[in-house]
Amino acid sequence: MSIEYIEIPVLLNQLETSLSETIEKRKIQDPLLIGIHSGGVWIAEKMHQWLDIKEPLALLDISFYRDDFSQIGINPKVKQSTLPLSVEGRDIILIDDVFYTGRTIRAALNEIFDYGRPNQIILGVLIERDGRQIPLRPDCVGAEVNLAAGQRIKLTGPEPLDIVIQSMTEEA
Amino acid sequence: MAAIENLQLNAQGKLQHFLSIEGLDQSLLTEILDTAESFAEVSKQSVKKIPLLRGKTIVNLFFENSTRTRATFELAATRLSADILSMNIATSATSKGESLLDTIRNMEAMQVDMFVVRHSLSGAPHFIAQHVADHISVINAGDGQHEHPTQAMLDMFTIRQVKQQFAGLRVAIVGDILHSRVARSQIHALNILGAEEVRVIAPKTLLPTDVESLGVSVFNDLDNGLKNVDVIIMLRLQKERMNSALLPSESEYFKCFGLSDERLKIANSDAIVMHPGPINRGVEISSSVADGPQSVILQQVSNGIAVRMAVMSMAMRNNEGGE
Repeated sequence: MSIEYIEIPVLLNQLETSLSETIEKRKIQDPLLIGIHSGGVWIAEKMHQWLDIKEPLALLDISFYRDDFSQIGINPKVKQSTLPLSVEGRDIILIDDVFYTGRTIRAALNEIFDYGRPNQIILGVLIERDGRQIPLRPDCVGAEVNLAAGQRIKLTGPEPLDIVIQSMTEEA
Repeated sequence: MAAIENLQLNAQGKLQHFLSIEGLDQSLLTEILDTAESFAEVSKQSVKKIPLLRGKTIVNLFFENSTRTRATFELAATRLSADILSMNIATSATSKGESLLDTIRNMEAMQVDMFVVRHSLSGAPHFIAQHVADHISVINAGDGQHEHPTQAMLDMFTIRQVKQQFAGLRVAIVGDILHSRVARSQIHALNILGAEEVRVIAPKTLLPTDVESLGVSVFNDLDNGLKNVDVIIMLRLQKERMNSALLPSESEYFKCFGLSDERLKIANSDAIVMHPGPINRGVEISSSVADGPQSVILQQVSNGIAVRMAVMSMAMRNNEGGE
Protein backbone atom coordinates (compact mmCIF):
# COMPACT_ATOMS: atom_id res chain seq x y z
CA MET A 1 0.00 0.00 0.00
CA SER A 2 1.26 3.42 -0.82
CA ILE A 3 1.58 6.01 1.91
CA GLU A 4 -0.62 8.62 0.25
CA TYR A 5 -3.69 6.46 0.61
CA ILE A 6 -3.55 5.82 4.35
CA GLU A 7 -6.79 6.89 5.93
CA ILE A 8 -7.25 6.12 9.59
CA PRO A 9 -11.00 5.25 9.54
CA VAL A 10 -10.42 2.80 6.69
CA LEU A 11 -7.57 1.14 8.57
CA LEU A 12 -9.58 0.92 11.77
CA ASN A 13 -12.47 -0.69 9.89
CA GLN A 14 -10.15 -3.11 8.20
CA LEU A 15 -8.57 -4.05 11.54
CA GLU A 16 -11.94 -4.56 13.18
CA THR A 17 -13.16 -6.79 10.35
CA SER A 18 -10.00 -8.84 10.49
CA LEU A 19 -10.22 -9.17 14.28
CA SER A 20 -13.89 -10.24 14.11
CA GLU A 21 -13.04 -12.93 11.58
CA THR A 22 -10.10 -14.16 13.64
CA ILE A 23 -12.14 -14.21 16.85
CA GLU A 24 -14.66 -16.39 15.04
CA LYS A 25 -12.10 -18.65 13.40
CA ARG A 26 -9.96 -19.14 16.51
CA LYS A 27 -13.02 -19.52 18.76
CA ILE A 28 -11.83 -16.75 21.08
CA GLN A 29 -13.85 -16.88 24.31
CA ASP A 30 -14.47 -13.97 26.69
CA PRO A 31 -11.31 -12.21 25.54
CA LEU A 32 -9.13 -9.79 27.45
CA LEU A 33 -8.15 -6.85 25.24
CA ILE A 34 -4.72 -5.35 25.94
CA GLY A 35 -3.40 -2.13 24.39
CA ILE A 36 0.33 -1.38 24.32
CA HIS A 37 1.14 2.11 25.61
CA SER A 38 0.70 4.62 24.05
CA GLY A 39 -0.51 4.31 20.43
CA GLY A 40 -1.74 0.76 20.91
CA VAL A 41 -4.05 1.93 23.70
CA TRP A 42 -5.72 4.47 21.42
CA ILE A 43 -6.45 1.77 18.86
CA ALA A 44 -7.44 -0.71 21.56
CA GLU A 45 -9.98 1.74 23.01
CA LYS A 46 -11.81 1.81 19.66
CA MET A 47 -11.63 -1.96 19.19
CA HIS A 48 -12.82 -2.49 22.74
CA GLN A 49 -15.93 -0.49 21.97
CA TRP A 50 -16.56 -1.80 18.47
CA LEU A 51 -16.03 -5.45 19.33
CA ASP A 52 -18.16 -5.01 22.46
CA ILE A 53 -15.64 -6.60 24.83
CA LYS A 54 -16.99 -7.06 28.37
CA GLU A 55 -13.74 -7.17 30.34
CA PRO A 56 -12.23 -3.69 31.00
CA LEU A 57 -9.43 -2.68 28.65
CA ALA A 58 -5.97 -3.50 29.98
CA LEU A 59 -2.86 -1.38 29.43
CA LEU A 60 0.68 -2.60 28.97
CA ASP A 61 3.76 -0.39 29.19
CA ILE A 62 6.66 -2.54 28.05
CA SER A 63 9.43 -0.04 28.92
CA PHE A 64 10.82 -2.28 31.65
CA TYR A 65 10.87 -5.27 29.29
CA ARG A 66 12.71 -3.66 26.40
CA ASP A 67 15.83 -5.38 25.10
CA ASP A 68 17.68 -2.11 24.45
CA PHE A 69 17.77 -0.97 28.09
CA SER A 70 21.55 -1.06 28.24
CA GLN A 71 21.81 1.11 25.12
CA ILE A 72 19.17 3.75 25.74
CA GLY A 73 18.31 3.41 29.42
CA ILE A 74 14.83 3.81 30.78
CA ASN A 75 12.25 6.42 30.10
CA PRO A 76 11.62 7.93 33.52
CA LYS A 77 7.87 8.19 32.93
CA VAL A 78 6.69 4.63 32.64
CA LYS A 79 2.97 3.93 32.91
CA GLN A 80 1.73 1.25 35.25
CA SER A 81 0.63 -1.87 33.43
CA THR A 82 -2.95 -2.70 34.36
CA LEU A 83 -3.23 -6.38 33.65
CA PRO A 84 -5.77 -8.32 35.71
CA LEU A 85 -4.46 -10.45 38.56
CA SER A 86 -4.20 -13.51 36.38
CA VAL A 87 -4.10 -14.12 32.66
CA GLU A 88 -3.96 -17.87 33.32
CA GLY A 89 -6.00 -19.73 30.72
CA ARG A 90 -7.37 -16.51 29.18
CA ASP A 91 -7.85 -15.66 25.52
CA ILE A 92 -6.07 -12.40 24.82
CA ILE A 93 -6.26 -9.86 22.02
CA LEU A 94 -3.10 -7.76 21.99
CA ILE A 95 -3.24 -4.44 20.13
CA ASP A 96 -0.46 -2.11 19.00
CA ASP A 97 -0.35 0.77 16.54
CA VAL A 98 2.65 -0.09 14.36
CA PHE A 99 4.33 -3.46 13.92
CA TYR A 100 7.94 -3.01 12.79
CA THR A 101 10.84 -5.10 14.12
CA GLY A 102 8.72 -7.27 16.41
CA ARG A 103 10.74 -6.39 19.48
CA THR A 104 7.93 -4.51 21.20
CA ILE A 105 5.68 -7.54 20.84
CA ARG A 106 8.42 -9.82 22.16
CA ALA A 107 8.64 -7.59 25.25
CA ALA A 108 4.85 -7.49 25.60
CA LEU A 109 4.57 -11.28 25.41
CA ASN A 110 7.26 -11.66 28.06
CA GLU A 111 5.40 -9.31 30.37
CA ILE A 112 2.08 -11.08 29.80
CA PHE A 113 3.65 -14.46 30.51
CA ASP A 114 5.03 -13.10 33.79
CA TYR A 115 1.40 -12.84 34.86
CA GLY A 116 0.43 -16.38 33.88
CA ARG A 117 -0.07 -18.75 30.97
CA PRO A 118 -2.76 -17.54 28.59
CA ASN A 119 -4.75 -19.99 26.52
CA GLN A 120 -4.12 -18.12 23.28
CA ILE A 121 -3.09 -14.65 22.12
CA ILE A 122 -3.86 -12.91 18.86
CA LEU A 123 -2.08 -9.77 17.74
CA GLY A 124 -3.80 -6.93 15.90
CA VAL A 125 -2.00 -3.82 14.64
CA LEU A 126 -3.16 -0.82 12.68
CA ILE A 127 -0.13 -0.82 10.41
CA GLU A 128 2.45 -3.47 9.65
CA ARG A 129 5.57 -2.04 8.07
CA ASP A 130 8.45 -3.99 6.64
CA GLY A 131 11.60 -4.57 8.70
CA ARG A 132 10.90 -7.59 10.90
CA GLN A 133 13.89 -8.68 12.95
CA ILE A 134 12.46 -11.61 14.86
CA PRO A 135 10.05 -14.38 13.80
CA LEU A 136 6.79 -12.80 14.99
CA ARG A 137 3.94 -11.48 12.82
CA PRO A 138 0.57 -9.90 13.54
CA ASP A 139 -2.60 -11.95 12.97
CA CYS A 140 -4.72 -8.96 12.00
CA VAL A 141 -3.63 -5.72 10.32
CA GLY A 142 -5.28 -2.53 9.14
CA ALA A 143 -2.74 -2.15 6.34
CA GLU A 144 0.73 -3.22 5.29
CA VAL A 145 3.18 -0.56 4.13
CA ASN A 146 6.71 -0.58 2.79
CA LEU A 147 8.99 2.25 3.80
CA ALA A 148 12.57 3.20 3.08
CA ALA A 149 15.05 2.07 5.73
CA GLY A 150 15.54 5.57 7.11
CA GLN A 151 11.82 6.28 7.43
CA ARG A 152 9.78 5.93 10.55
CA ILE A 153 6.02 5.74 10.84
CA LYS A 154 4.33 7.04 13.95
CA LEU A 155 0.78 7.31 15.14
CA THR A 156 -0.18 10.56 16.85
CA GLY A 157 -3.30 11.00 18.92
CA PRO A 158 -5.49 10.21 20.69
CA GLU A 159 -7.86 12.74 19.08
CA PRO A 160 -7.59 12.99 16.19
CA LEU A 161 -5.58 9.93 15.27
CA ASP A 162 -3.08 10.68 12.57
CA ILE A 163 -0.12 9.04 10.92
CA VAL A 164 3.20 10.79 10.56
CA ILE A 165 6.06 9.57 8.38
CA GLN A 166 9.42 10.82 9.59
CA SER A 167 12.72 10.57 7.80
CA MET A 168 15.39 9.65 10.29
CA THR A 169 19.11 10.03 9.85
CA GLU A 170 19.55 6.90 11.90
CA GLU A 171 17.24 3.93 11.88
CA ALA A 172 14.98 3.85 14.90
CA MET B 1 36.52 18.01 45.91
CA ALA B 2 36.38 18.25 42.12
CA ALA B 3 37.70 14.73 41.65
CA ILE B 4 35.10 13.34 44.01
CA GLU B 5 32.26 15.18 42.28
CA ASN B 6 33.32 13.99 38.85
CA LEU B 7 33.77 10.45 40.04
CA GLN B 8 29.99 10.03 40.22
CA LEU B 9 29.39 10.93 36.59
CA ASN B 10 30.55 9.33 33.37
CA ALA B 11 31.87 11.22 30.35
CA GLN B 12 28.30 12.00 29.25
CA GLY B 13 27.45 13.51 32.63
CA LYS B 14 25.25 10.55 33.57
CA LEU B 15 25.24 8.80 36.91
CA GLN B 16 27.90 6.11 37.18
CA HIS B 17 28.35 5.87 40.93
CA PHE B 18 25.96 7.28 43.52
CA LEU B 19 28.19 8.44 46.34
CA SER B 20 26.89 11.78 47.58
CA ILE B 21 24.16 14.30 46.89
CA GLU B 22 26.75 17.05 47.03
CA GLY B 23 28.06 17.69 43.55
CA LEU B 24 24.94 16.57 41.68
CA ASP B 25 22.60 19.01 39.97
CA GLN B 26 18.87 19.54 40.07
CA SER B 27 18.15 17.83 36.77
CA LEU B 28 19.87 14.63 37.85
CA LEU B 29 18.08 14.54 41.20
CA THR B 30 14.79 15.17 39.41
CA GLU B 31 15.56 12.35 36.98
CA ILE B 32 16.08 10.01 39.94
CA LEU B 33 12.75 11.07 41.43
CA ASP B 34 10.90 10.69 38.10
CA THR B 35 12.42 7.27 37.47
CA ALA B 36 11.55 6.19 41.00
CA GLU B 37 7.95 7.16 40.34
CA SER B 38 7.79 4.61 37.54
CA PHE B 39 9.32 1.94 39.74
CA ALA B 40 6.89 2.68 42.57
CA GLU B 41 4.19 1.34 40.26
CA VAL B 42 6.04 -1.97 39.89
CA SER B 43 5.75 -2.64 43.62
CA LYS B 44 1.98 -2.07 43.42
CA GLN B 45 1.50 -4.68 40.71
CA SER B 46 0.63 -8.27 41.46
CA VAL B 47 3.87 -9.37 39.78
CA LYS B 48 6.49 -7.22 41.52
CA LYS B 49 9.33 -8.01 39.22
CA ILE B 50 10.73 -6.65 35.97
CA PRO B 51 13.62 -8.07 33.95
CA LEU B 52 15.66 -4.87 33.67
CA LEU B 53 18.83 -6.06 35.43
CA ARG B 54 18.57 -9.75 34.68
CA GLY B 55 21.97 -11.41 34.76
CA LYS B 56 23.58 -8.63 36.78
CA THR B 57 25.18 -9.33 40.12
CA ILE B 58 25.00 -6.84 42.94
CA VAL B 59 26.90 -7.22 46.20
CA ASN B 60 25.79 -5.51 49.39
CA LEU B 61 29.00 -4.78 51.26
CA PHE B 62 27.86 -3.81 54.72
CA PHE B 63 30.74 -3.04 57.04
CA GLU B 64 28.22 -1.66 59.51
CA ASN B 65 24.88 -3.05 60.63
CA SER B 66 21.64 -2.15 58.94
CA THR B 67 18.17 -3.64 58.70
CA ARG B 68 15.97 -1.35 56.65
CA THR B 69 18.55 -0.12 54.18
CA ARG B 70 19.95 -3.56 53.48
CA ALA B 71 16.49 -5.10 53.16
CA THR B 72 15.26 -2.43 50.76
CA PHE B 73 18.41 -2.66 48.63
CA GLU B 74 17.91 -6.42 48.49
CA LEU B 75 14.26 -6.09 47.53
CA ALA B 76 15.05 -3.37 44.97
CA ALA B 77 17.66 -5.58 43.31
CA THR B 78 15.35 -8.60 43.40
CA ARG B 79 12.49 -6.65 41.82
CA LEU B 80 14.85 -5.62 39.03
CA SER B 81 15.74 -9.33 38.54
CA ALA B 82 19.39 -8.82 39.53
CA ASP B 83 21.12 -11.36 41.72
CA ILE B 84 22.14 -9.93 45.05
CA LEU B 85 24.52 -11.16 47.66
CA SER B 86 24.58 -9.50 51.07
CA MET B 87 27.88 -9.63 52.87
CA ASN B 88 28.01 -8.77 56.52
CA ILE B 89 31.66 -7.85 56.54
CA ALA B 90 31.57 -6.85 60.18
CA THR B 91 31.55 -10.55 60.99
CA SER B 92 33.68 -11.87 58.14
CA ALA B 93 37.04 -11.58 56.44
CA THR B 94 38.04 -8.08 57.54
CA SER B 95 37.78 -9.21 61.12
CA LYS B 96 40.43 -11.75 60.18
CA GLY B 97 42.69 -8.92 59.04
CA GLU B 98 41.90 -8.62 55.34
CA SER B 99 42.25 -5.07 53.98
CA LEU B 100 39.36 -3.23 52.35
CA LEU B 101 41.02 -3.33 48.94
CA ASP B 102 41.68 -7.05 49.20
CA THR B 103 38.03 -7.64 50.02
CA ILE B 104 37.04 -5.58 46.95
CA ARG B 105 39.53 -7.36 44.66
CA ASN B 106 38.16 -10.70 45.76
CA MET B 107 34.58 -9.68 45.09
CA GLU B 108 35.62 -8.23 41.72
CA ALA B 109 37.16 -11.58 40.82
CA MET B 110 33.66 -13.04 41.25
CA GLN B 111 32.51 -10.89 38.28
CA VAL B 112 30.12 -8.59 40.10
CA ASP B 113 28.56 -5.51 38.48
CA MET B 114 27.74 -3.29 41.44
CA PHE B 115 28.74 -2.73 45.04
CA VAL B 116 26.35 -1.25 47.57
CA VAL B 117 28.57 -0.06 50.38
CA ARG B 118 27.91 0.88 53.96
CA HIS B 119 30.90 1.76 56.07
CA SER B 120 31.54 3.48 59.38
CA LEU B 121 34.32 5.57 57.80
CA SER B 122 33.38 8.67 55.81
CA GLY B 123 34.67 8.39 52.26
CA ALA B 124 34.95 4.58 52.12
CA PRO B 125 32.55 4.27 49.13
CA HIS B 126 34.51 7.01 47.27
CA PHE B 127 37.69 5.09 47.94
CA ILE B 128 36.15 1.90 46.59
CA ALA B 129 34.74 3.71 43.54
CA GLN B 130 38.21 5.03 42.76
CA HIS B 131 39.69 1.55 42.82
CA VAL B 132 37.11 -0.72 41.17
CA ALA B 133 37.20 -1.80 37.53
CA ASP B 134 35.48 0.58 35.07
CA HIS B 135 32.38 -1.52 34.59
CA ILE B 136 31.51 -1.65 38.28
CA SER B 137 29.19 0.89 39.89
CA VAL B 138 29.33 1.83 43.54
CA ILE B 139 26.33 3.00 45.54
CA ASN B 140 26.82 4.63 48.92
CA ALA B 141 24.45 3.13 51.48
CA GLY B 142 25.78 5.38 54.25
CA ASP B 143 29.37 6.30 55.09
CA GLY B 144 30.36 7.43 58.55
CA GLN B 145 29.08 10.92 59.27
CA HIS B 146 29.37 11.95 55.62
CA GLU B 147 26.34 11.08 53.44
CA HIS B 148 23.48 8.65 52.95
CA PRO B 149 22.31 9.71 49.51
CA THR B 150 19.66 7.06 48.79
CA GLN B 151 17.99 7.81 52.14
CA ALA B 152 17.90 11.51 51.28
CA MET B 153 16.43 10.76 47.85
CA LEU B 154 13.67 8.58 49.27
CA ASP B 155 12.91 11.40 51.70
CA MET B 156 12.77 13.86 48.78
CA PHE B 157 10.54 11.43 46.91
CA THR B 158 8.18 11.24 49.88
CA ILE B 159 8.10 15.02 50.25
CA ARG B 160 7.34 15.46 46.55
CA GLN B 161 4.64 12.80 46.74
CA VAL B 162 2.80 14.72 49.44
CA LYS B 163 3.71 18.34 48.68
CA GLN B 164 4.13 18.07 44.87
CA GLN B 165 7.01 20.54 44.71
CA PHE B 166 9.91 21.93 46.70
CA ALA B 167 9.52 25.61 45.92
CA GLY B 168 8.07 27.42 48.90
CA LEU B 169 8.63 24.58 51.36
CA ARG B 170 10.08 25.15 54.82
CA VAL B 171 11.72 22.01 56.11
CA ALA B 172 12.98 21.48 59.65
CA ILE B 173 15.52 18.79 60.44
CA VAL B 174 15.47 18.14 64.17
CA GLY B 175 17.93 16.39 66.42
CA ASP B 176 21.35 14.85 66.20
CA ILE B 177 22.71 16.72 63.17
CA LEU B 178 26.28 16.24 64.36
CA HIS B 179 26.33 12.48 63.83
CA SER B 180 23.82 12.35 61.00
CA ARG B 181 24.93 11.50 57.48
CA VAL B 182 21.23 11.49 56.58
CA ALA B 183 20.89 15.15 57.59
CA ARG B 184 23.90 16.15 55.51
CA SER B 185 22.49 14.46 52.41
CA GLN B 186 19.02 15.88 53.05
CA ILE B 187 20.33 19.43 53.43
CA HIS B 188 22.19 19.21 50.10
CA ALA B 189 19.20 17.64 48.35
CA LEU B 190 16.69 20.17 49.67
CA ASN B 191 18.90 23.08 48.65
CA ILE B 192 19.58 21.64 45.19
CA LEU B 193 15.88 20.95 44.64
CA GLY B 194 14.98 24.50 45.62
CA ALA B 195 13.27 24.33 49.01
CA GLU B 196 12.44 27.76 50.43
CA GLU B 197 14.21 27.21 53.73
CA VAL B 198 16.08 24.39 55.44
CA ARG B 199 16.23 24.65 59.20
CA VAL B 200 18.25 22.58 61.60
CA ILE B 201 16.99 22.43 65.15
CA ALA B 202 19.27 20.93 67.78
CA PRO B 203 21.17 21.62 70.99
CA LYS B 204 24.53 23.26 70.29
CA THR B 205 26.34 20.10 71.34
CA LEU B 206 24.65 18.13 68.51
CA LEU B 207 25.45 20.61 65.72
CA PRO B 208 28.62 20.62 63.64
CA THR B 209 30.52 23.88 64.10
CA ASP B 210 30.26 24.98 60.46
CA VAL B 211 26.66 23.93 59.92
CA GLU B 212 25.51 27.31 58.53
CA SER B 213 27.88 26.89 55.61
CA LEU B 214 25.67 24.05 54.34
CA GLY B 215 22.91 26.59 53.66
CA VAL B 216 20.64 26.20 56.67
CA SER B 217 19.11 28.40 59.34
CA VAL B 218 20.01 27.26 62.83
CA PHE B 219 17.61 27.06 65.75
CA ASN B 220 18.47 25.90 69.25
CA ASP B 221 14.86 26.06 70.38
CA LEU B 222 12.33 23.59 69.00
CA ASP B 223 9.23 25.74 69.59
CA ASN B 224 10.74 28.63 67.63
CA GLY B 225 12.08 26.42 64.87
CA LEU B 226 8.79 24.66 64.16
CA LYS B 227 6.87 27.84 63.35
CA ASN B 228 5.54 27.88 59.75
CA VAL B 229 7.21 24.60 58.90
CA ASP B 230 5.75 22.29 56.18
CA VAL B 231 7.96 19.25 56.72
CA ILE B 232 9.49 18.01 59.99
CA ILE B 233 12.27 15.48 59.76
CA MET B 234 13.12 13.92 63.11
CA LEU B 235 16.51 12.28 63.48
CA ARG B 236 17.39 9.39 65.70
CA LEU B 237 19.57 10.10 68.69
CA GLN B 238 22.63 8.07 67.72
CA LYS B 239 23.51 6.64 71.07
CA GLU B 240 26.13 4.32 69.61
CA ARG B 241 28.10 7.24 68.19
CA MET B 242 28.13 9.32 71.37
CA ASN B 243 31.46 8.87 73.02
CA SER B 244 31.35 12.03 75.07
CA ALA B 245 28.75 13.52 77.38
CA LEU B 246 26.78 15.57 74.86
CA LEU B 247 23.43 15.33 76.62
CA PRO B 248 22.24 15.24 80.23
CA SER B 249 19.74 12.38 79.69
CA GLU B 250 17.25 10.92 77.22
CA SER B 251 14.23 12.19 79.13
CA GLU B 252 15.76 15.63 79.29
CA TYR B 253 16.32 15.45 75.53
CA PHE B 254 12.67 14.57 74.88
CA LYS B 255 11.55 17.45 77.08
CA CYS B 256 13.58 19.93 75.00
CA PHE B 257 13.74 18.43 71.50
CA GLY B 258 11.25 15.57 71.36
CA LEU B 259 8.28 15.89 69.01
CA SER B 260 5.04 15.58 70.96
CA ASP B 261 1.45 16.19 69.84
CA GLU B 262 1.50 19.66 71.45
CA ARG B 263 4.71 20.64 69.71
CA LEU B 264 3.46 19.36 66.36
CA LYS B 265 0.63 21.91 66.57
CA ILE B 266 3.19 24.72 66.31
CA ALA B 267 4.03 23.72 62.73
CA ASN B 268 1.68 24.31 59.81
CA SER B 269 -1.50 22.27 60.17
CA ASP B 270 -0.70 20.24 57.03
CA ALA B 271 2.91 19.59 58.03
CA ILE B 272 4.19 16.05 57.57
CA VAL B 273 6.42 14.20 60.02
CA MET B 274 9.30 12.10 58.74
CA HIS B 275 11.92 9.89 60.37
CA PRO B 276 14.60 7.83 58.63
CA GLY B 277 14.30 5.10 61.26
CA PRO B 278 14.99 3.30 63.44
CA ILE B 279 12.81 5.28 65.86
CA ASN B 280 13.60 5.74 69.52
CA ARG B 281 10.04 6.16 70.77
CA GLY B 282 9.85 8.59 73.64
CA VAL B 283 13.36 9.89 73.00
CA GLU B 284 13.10 12.03 69.86
CA ILE B 285 9.46 11.41 68.98
CA SER B 286 6.35 10.34 70.88
CA SER B 287 4.50 7.23 69.78
CA SER B 288 1.32 9.18 69.14
CA VAL B 289 3.13 11.42 66.63
CA ALA B 290 5.08 8.57 65.00
CA ASP B 291 1.86 6.61 64.47
CA GLY B 292 -0.33 9.68 63.95
CA PRO B 293 -2.10 11.01 60.84
CA GLN B 294 0.67 13.46 59.92
CA SER B 295 3.36 10.78 59.98
CA VAL B 296 4.65 9.47 56.63
CA ILE B 297 7.32 7.28 58.20
CA LEU B 298 6.12 4.00 56.70
CA GLN B 299 5.54 5.66 53.32
CA GLN B 300 9.25 6.52 53.45
CA VAL B 301 10.09 2.84 53.83
CA SER B 302 7.98 1.80 50.81
CA ASN B 303 9.49 4.58 48.76
CA GLY B 304 12.97 3.38 49.67
CA ILE B 305 12.54 0.39 47.39
CA ALA B 306 11.46 2.46 44.37
CA VAL B 307 14.23 5.02 44.83
CA ARG B 308 16.88 2.33 45.18
CA MET B 309 15.56 0.59 42.06
CA ALA B 310 15.89 3.90 40.21
CA VAL B 311 19.45 4.58 41.34
CA MET B 312 20.60 1.03 40.69
CA SER B 313 19.14 0.87 37.20
CA MET B 314 20.40 4.34 36.25
CA ALA B 315 23.96 3.64 37.39
CA MET B 316 24.01 0.19 35.81
CA ARG B 317 22.74 1.48 32.46
CA ASN B 318 25.22 4.31 32.32
CA ASN B 319 28.08 2.03 33.10
CA GLU B 320 27.24 -0.19 30.16
CA GLY B 321 26.54 2.33 27.46
CA GLY B 322 28.81 4.96 28.91
CA GLU B 323 32.05 4.74 26.96
